[in-house]
Amino acid sequence: MLSEDNAFTTALQLIIGLDETLVGIVALSMQVSLTAVLIAAMLGLPLGAAVALWRFPGRGLVIIILNAFMGLPPVVAGLVVYLMLSRAGPLGELGLLFTPSAMVIAQILLILPIIAALTRQHTEERWDEYREQLTSFRVSRVRAIPTLLWDARFSLMTVILAGFGRASAEVGAVMIVGGNIDGVTRVMTTAIVLETNKGNLPLALGLGMILLLLVALINAGAFLIGEEARRRLG
Amino acid sequence: MTIKRFVGTLAGLGLAMAFATNAAAEEDERFINLASTTSTEQSGLFDAILPQFKEATGIDVRVVAVGTGQAFELARRGDADSLLVHDTAGEKAFIEEGYATERQPVMYNDFVLIGPGEDPADIADADDAADAFARIADAEVPFASRGDDSGTNRAELRLWESAGVDPGGEWYRELGSGMGPTLNTAAGMDAYVMSDRATWVAFDNRQDLEILFDGDEALFNQYGSLLISEERHPHLKHDLAKQWHEWLISADGQQAIADYELDGQQLFFPNAGENGDD
Repeated sequence: MLSEDNAFTTALQLIIGLDETLVGIVALSMQVSLTAVLIAAMLGLPLGAAVALWRFPGRGLVIIILNAFMGLPPVVAGLVVYLMLSRAGPLGELGLLFTPSAMVIAQILLILPIIAALTRQHTEERWDEYREQLTSFRVSRVRAIPTLLWDARFSLMTVILAGFGRASAEVGAVMIVGGNIDGVTRVMTTAIVLETNKGNLPLALGLGMILLLLVALINAGAFLIGEEARRRLG
Repeated sequence: MTIKRFVGTLAGLGLAMAFATNAAAEEDERFINLASTTSTEQSGLFDAILPQFKEATGIDVRVVAVGTGQAFELARRGDADSLLVHDTAGEKAFIEEGYATERQPVMYNDFVLIGPGEDPADIADADDAADAFARIADAEVPFASRGDDSGTNRAELRLWESAGVDPGGEWYRELGSGMGPTLNTAAGMDAYVMSDRATWVAFDNRQDLEILFDGDEALFNQYGSLLISEERHPHLKHDLAKQWHEWLISADGQQAIADYELDGQQLFFPNAGENGDD
């Protein structure tokens, strides 16, 4: 009964039929993960660059922690955010639990270390290279950060895409803090888990294919923009 | 300057999306969060009855479907406005602890014993549920247990106890998963498994598994609705939760439950007000 062919036709039917529920789920998935990756990038890029440029006591420890947190299990991130946002937790008053905002927060926690750690790596290499030049022009470190980030923009785009990939692919965190509520916090990955639990494997695999397709499309878009920019700037 | 424009666009986009996300979340304030079990969600019952409740009252019920143990924990921490679970003993303890003020029986379905068609432990001929469990233990054939402190898991452990068996050993496999994943795994290793009938009927990936034993009263699976204590958690939406609680045991709610069928089978049997909860 179950075959890849079956899953493939299911996926096709879902896409062609533009099923309303599916569109809602896809839209929410993208909204949550893109918001998370944008906020994580706004925080992670300057943070990573700052760690790359300044020397301070405990810097090694910060780098180790950032690198280690790249491997943070999503379900642990979800649990931590759940305990913070739960009514019995410190931020319970905000009433954010089981909302898309809670899912964004959990995903930020997951991808911020990836973006910060890899940004640190990329900018540090460039800092070593341009340091003398920049200091001879009396460019302060704060002023050097945008320059270095801009110079590393193509590598950093890949870093951001890696963060987006992790955000859109994880299920453990959003399941706990979102609750997989139909029409409110159900995203692609939690829908896939639900269909798998129901033993509806072709539909689950079909949804998986759609998710993969979407992530591929976003990556293709980023790639083309990057190529175009590279060509124009020579 | 290009960098500034780039950063500006990025920041603008991020803020716009954060607002959009929040707006979507706050669109409708007339909703309650209901902590319930995976069996009620996965059998499709909620899809059938929630629209009727919404039509009658305008209230959205947002279902967080988890195991009964986790559902109790959510309610204990004040994260759920209402509870619909199936662990009578646990529900009564929950009231005694002061977290809930009232419990009403709502409906029941039953557990069924499922296993590979060849039935190596011969449970199809068992006298009762306890005998069936004893036969599985004697034959030491693989048995897939939920192992997740859910209502079904708790019921299963009580049945082992009544069979005089302390389950353990290589044949007894605690999966720590929901009903669906446990059925998926059982199908994969040709194991015996106990499931609520609703999840089984809605389940597609059966492979060689089939119902081998059912019908014993010991396999009765009672669902109850709980009103959460206003004193413990004053911030919850008690008014809306009370409307839901009362609708479930009203004639309309009971009819909606009785009307839900899957593959021509009625899956849940309303029994509010009956004294059949023990």
